[in-house]
Amino acid sequence: MSRFRVDEGLLWSLRGVAFLAGTIVVFVVAFVGWEASAALRSVGLSRFVTDPSWYPSEGLYSVLPMLVGTVLVTAGAVLTATPLGIMAAIFCNHYAPAFVARPYRRMIELMSGIPSVVYGFWGLVTLVPLIAQVEPPGTSLLAGIMILTVMILPTVTLFADSSIGRVSEEYTRGAAALGLTRWATVCHVVLPAARPGIVAGVFLATARAIGETMAVLMVCGNVVKTPGSLFDPVRTLTANIALEMAYAMGDHRSALFVTGLVLFLLIVALVWGAELAGEGRARG
Amino acid sequence: MSSEHPTEGNEALFEAENLTLVYGDTPAFEGVSLSIPAGEITALVGPSGCGKTSFLMSLNRLSDLVPNCRVTGSLRLGGQDILSSEVDLIALRRRVGMIFQKPNAFPFSIRKNLTFPLQEHGVRDRDKLATLVEASLRDVGLWDEIKDRLDAPALSLSGGQQQRLCLARALALKPEVLLLDEPCSALDPLSSGVVEDLIVSLRGRYTIVIVTHNLAQARRVADQVAVFWVQGGAGRLIESGSVGQVFEDPQDELTRSYVTGQRG
Amino acid sequence: MDSLARSQRGEKLAQVVMWSSAALVSAVFLWMLSDLVTNGLGRVSWEFLTSSPSDSGRAGGIGPIVVSTLLIVSVAMVVAIPIGVGTAVYLAEFTSTESLLGRLVRRSLDVLAGVPSIVFGLFGSAFFCKTLGLGFSILSGGLTLACMVLPILIRSVEVGFREIPDHYRLSAAALGLSRTSTLLHLLLPAAAPGLAVGLVLGIGRAAAETAALIFTSGYVDRTPESVLDSGRALSVHIFDLSMNVPGGTPNAYAAALVLLGLLLLINGAASGLAHRWLGRNIATL
Repeated sequence: MSRFRVDEGLLWSLRGVAFLAGTIVVFVVAFVGWEASAALRSVGLSRFVTDPSWYPSEGLYSVLPMLVGTVLVTAGAVLTATPLGIMAAIFCNHYAPAFVARPYRRMIELMSGIPSVVYGFWGLVTLVPLIAQVEPPGTSLLAGIMILTVMILPTVTLFADSSIGRVSEEYTRGAAALGLTRWATVCHVVLPAARPGIVAGVFLATARAIGETMAVLMVCGNVVKTPGSLFDPVRTLTANIALEMAYAMGDHRSALFVTGLVLFLLIVALVWGAELAGEGRARG
Repeated sequence: MSSEHPTEGNEALFEAENLTLVYGDTPAFEGVSLSIPAGEITALVGPSGCGKTSFLMSLNRLSDLVPNCRVTGSLRLGGQDILSSEVDLIALRRRVGMIFQKPNAFPFSIRKNLTFPLQEHGVRDRDKLATLVEASLRDVGLWDEIKDRLDAPALSLSGGQQQRLCLARALALKPEVLLLDEPCSALDPLSSGVVEDLIVSLRGRYTIVIVTHNLAQARRVADQVAVFWVQGGAGRLIESGSVGQVFEDPQDELTRSYVTGQRG
Repeated sequence: MDSLARSQRGEKLAQVVMWSSAALVSAVFLWMLSDLVTNGLGRVSWEFLTSSPSDSGRAGGIGPIVVSTLLIVSVAMVVAIPIGVGTAVYLAEFTSTESLLGRLVRRSLDVLAGVPSIVFGLFGSAFFCKTLGLGFSILSGGLTLACMVLPILIRSVEVGFREIPDHYRLSAAALGLSRTSTLLHLLLPAAAPGLAVGLVLGIGRAAAETAALIFTSGYVDRTPESVLDSGRALSVHIFDLSMNVPGGTPNAYAAALVLLGLLLLINGAASGLAHRWLGRNIATL
């Protein structure tokens, strides 16, 4: 009977630990929300978009330029990385011989593990000077898009790769038997079947791009201004937090937590989207 | 049809009455009433999917491990209700050992496969452990084959040897009952014969319940036979009795066509 | 005939596009790698790894920074492993997929996995530094990273447990073994691959992190005397040298090469283990 009590004890302690792990996210929201509440009360949510600009020292709190910055950098990176990533995955599964596909996959996996600060540093010392030769200063929306593209490419590729890999051989053999070319098979048979997994990967890559801080902070120039061209510097929401947290006080500090909260909600929506897309994969 | 059959000689050890097992909404078997006599070998036969294995797993409440699985009705072991929530499952499973279709030695050494459950059940003394290891390996005729490599990984043994090791592992705990779920079906014919002879040699010392697809095997080893059949979407017991009666003079039409090889 | 010729032309074109896109991606990777190696390798030496930085990091080495990084990662893993393994065991062994607690925990871990590191930084600075009063310290940074690495750790360990064939559990139960000893003696060793992958991945994730550390463990580049001291992680050092220290680029190259080499090693190991033992790739785990 005492062994039962040991089992019970184990079960309850595991439940406790699991509960703790499950509540961390609640803690994160609660503390970020708590710190944000001061600004939400004294500044109000609407002024975060209606104020003329972002000058916290003067009491101006518009995050619009940063929001636009985040959206542009993310959109640019996702639009470039998605076709490239899907092509890389098709390449691995249907075009490359095994002795090429295998090291190529490993390379993509290794790329996914490179720290963002290394990407940012490399962008700063190589890409930025190159762009500056075309149009100074070089730190720009374009640089951000290029670096982020390289950073989220592995996510798109690996998700697409695993879901294309799961499309059964019978499909492709059936299509080949109908005399379809490899490309037609991929377009009309493989990609539709693999779509849910690919979409889930793109959602997660988007989330990663929105949340990325260091790389964009290092290559984007961080000027609080809505950019007029690809060569203009931009500041993203994440970079804004990283730049100003060090000295922000009072409402300013609290306002940074508000932007953190907004980022959090955006990401949750995207993770949810990815999950819905992934469920499609499970069903389809 | 599944009325009680008087058992010849030995007293009933297990008594199932109107026993039903469902997985979620799907019944595996329904309304089974069966007495299993002590010290004899009872074979459960029938086509696949008729609930034999599920019935076996309810006898040591291993069915508890299957999510959404519920057992209703009455099931007694030596007069004690074993479906009650107060039953000490660990004690029950120690009393009722089980061998599975595929040999499932743990990824330990041969010795540790035997000593680990014993230690868990409170045997700590080294000499006693050594004695029990030897005795149980001798019981299954494995001692002479492997006594020099007790510390080799159990998974390096052949399938038949692993199955005998599993049997030894169960016997070391000195159970009263052994449940065998098609113990020979995953083995080659030679090992299968060795294990079958072993089962026969255990007759009288243990109450044995064996699930088998192999009618010839049931006829060779069993004292009692219970025939399961799928009727109305669930497994049912259609006939039970002594080997002689079920095979020579079956009462049920289905049983007759099954044992004569016309159906199943 | 015409349509056949056209589709064959299309196939040729597709082939060219596929190979050149793959070549482009590889070229970028190799470009980055070779750039970091050619510019950084000359400075990396035992001396560089062990000596203290001077002149804001323009000269000298990264000794104290390596120490701080190791401490931060160790704190993170020491805290994350018991919670992570416990949760994974609970999810894999003690709860059905439909149970309420299990579902909630899974869902919340999925969300946690998506939280951007800068938000972790905000949380860490509000909770560990301010509310718990730990200040800018290695402990604050390590605890923040522990929260961050939990989802990936739990996921891999859970996969490790799910890979264990069910008959282990059945036969252990049939032998009358308690769930506790089944877990400790049988399942935990059998789940070792998942544990190893989770551990290595967690270390990799923690060592790569920057944004969550800037305002939790801080910038101080002296050797920390205890985990309550501020300490500068390698990634923060690279960021600081390249952004805030004019003339810091040469040493930043060397530090970036060290970090890159470390992570390629760690992630290479994780991905190798995951492929061999779990049959999955680490990014979609």
